[in-house]
Amino acid sequence: MALVGPSGAGKTTVLRTIAGLRGADGGHVRLDGTPWLDTAARVDLPPERRSVGLVFQEYALFPHMTVAANVAFAHGDDPATMLARFGVGHLADARPGTLSGGERQRVALARALARDPQVLLLDEPLAALDTHTRATVRDELDALLGDLGIPTLLVTHDFRDAAVLADRVAVIVDGRIRQTGTAAELVSAPADAFVASFTGATVVRGVATPDGRGGARVALDDGGVLTAATAAAGRVSVAVHPWDVRVTTDPPRPGDGGGVIAGSAGRLVPEGGRVRVRVGCLVAELEADAAAALGGAAGAGETLYATVAPERVRLFAHDPAAVATPARTVTDPSGGRPAFAARRPGEPA
Amino acid sequence: MRPRGFVALQALACGVLLAFLALPLVALFTETPLGDVPRLLTSRDVVNALKTTARTNLIANALILGFGTPAAWFLATRRFRGRALVVTLVELPLVLPPAVAGIGLLAAFGAGGLLGGPLQDAGIVLPFTEWAVVIAVTFVASPFYLRQAISAFEAVDPTLTDAARTLGASPARTFLRVALPLAAGGLAAGWVLAFARGIGEFGATIVFAGNVHGETQTLTLAIYEQLDTSFDTALAVSVLLVVVSAGTLLSYKLLSQWRFSTSTSAPAFARTPSTSP
Repeated sequence: MALVGPSGAGKTTVLRTIAGLRGADGGHVRLDGTPWLDTAARVDLPPERRSVGLVFQEYALFPHMTVAANVAFAHGDDPATMLARFGVGHLADARPGTLSGGERQRVALARALARDPQVLLLDEPLAALDTHTRATVRDELDALLGDLGIPTLLVTHDFRDAAVLADRVAVIVDGRIRQTGTAAELVSAPADAFVASFTGATVVRGVATPDGRGGARVALDDGGVLTAATAAAGRVSVAVHPWDVRVTTDPPRPGDGGGVIAGSAGRLVPEGGRVRVRVGCLVAELEADAAAALGGAAGAGETLYATVAPERVRLFAHDPAAVATPARTVTDPSGGRPAFAARRPGEPA
Repeated sequence: MRPRGFVALQALACGVLLAFLALPLVALFTETPLGDVPRLLTSRDVVNALKTTARTNLIANALILGFGTPAAWFLATRRFRGRALVVTLVELPLVLPPAVAGIGLLAAFGAGGLLGGPLQDAGIVLPFTEWAVVIAVTFVASPFYLRQAISAFEAVDPTLTDAARTLGASPARTFLRVALPLAAGGLAAGWVLAFARGIGEFGATIVFAGNVHGETQTLTLAIYEQLDTSFDTALAVSVLLVVVSAGTLLSYKLLSQWRFSTSTSAPAFARTPSTSP
């Protein structure tokens, strides 16, 4: 399970409250029916009595102890065994200060798990790493977590980290959970514009008018028109994932019925095996050969045309009344997945 | 051409200052009949003063460390209303003239003083006893330790103490195994300053404890008394105190270098061949 959200959303506060490092004004934390915190019943176990392993953002290894002494501090399983399990047995006598980021993370995990906790908490496990080691460590961590088979709650500001490391993802903003689901569900059916933008969508604003066929035409503030398969009227936020955007050098035929955005092309930015390019107010992510087909047009400031299939255009209310119900219950057209109803912030569970 | 005038001025100021600071020390060693120092220092008065100084400072330093360390940890990690006021109060003796400190102690513990009456009823008379020296030294020297100790504890990364708690350590074990070792350098620095201040204590002691041979006369008070009777003895005691002070400073500097290069906890199990440095 991952908790993702922007900085200041309250992610770390949640972890600290679960671990008992921080009190709460109200609420409860329970594990298998054992209350750790229950403000109503005045229960608040100190951290040392909660069966929890917490890996801190900067790993918080004790700098004055060897790696082995760090693990031994937990008075749990044999440090040598724990370190060997995480592939860092040879570092037992090293000082934390001499380790690389990935090594520190493994030592921190070995230390956090030495007490056989029932829950593992990871606070921004990848934030302390350089960009070039990040992807490697992320995959290593994914494999480790898979082997451990212990309930894990990790906190991150990076949706991609959460998508790789967690089966379920909860998006938290301003201390409230906006949406919970698998990473795929969040991408295909975001509950609101924020969740959509967090999963990588470009969010733009516009004014929607119903097209009489159950859909809507949206005139974007920044120019261009998109058609959506959902009905809406009035001011809306429009979320479009870059990989749903088609880019052409020639304007599409008017008979297509889809909206189009004409805009000067931005620079082509390689991203993995794909290429990103800005067209007007949208960002498109293309296969490398599709980008090559655009020829020299992109980057030269020439005009390109972006189109998006109506069912891939997601509308969110500026004012909740603007998007007609059941616009929030979106069926994933590609996977044929059952409708995923998202809960709005503030609604009862 | 680069302007050299200002640099020359700095060098000159530095030279003048250095000469001014070194001169009294040089004079101490040149004016003292060094061959006579062993004889002068083994005179009965000096030996008594040495014993008094050692005894009182030992107790005072134990009190300062014993009460000061937990107090500093408390002040460094707790936030409460009036904390700034408490810290200021703790630091006040630093700027208080020692004679004022002595008068204050008399007003508190002397006969007819704030606590003097009840203490006298209980059969305890403090002024002009060895305990008065202990109290005077503790009063003037403790802020040196407390100030350093508070900032040393404040510099301990709170996520490390949090980590210790989530690893099952009680607050006491967290303090002893994590906070204390990490703050050790700062604590030692504070203790050295407090020790030096205590050895050199004069003003508060002479006001509150007087200058009683074999009871309250410390080395600094002995220097003061010997000025009139035997200047050579005063010089010899001074040389002794210079050596003690220099030794204190040197051991502190060595200590602070040493603590970065050694372990404060033994490896939990036998060494395994290490492939990385």
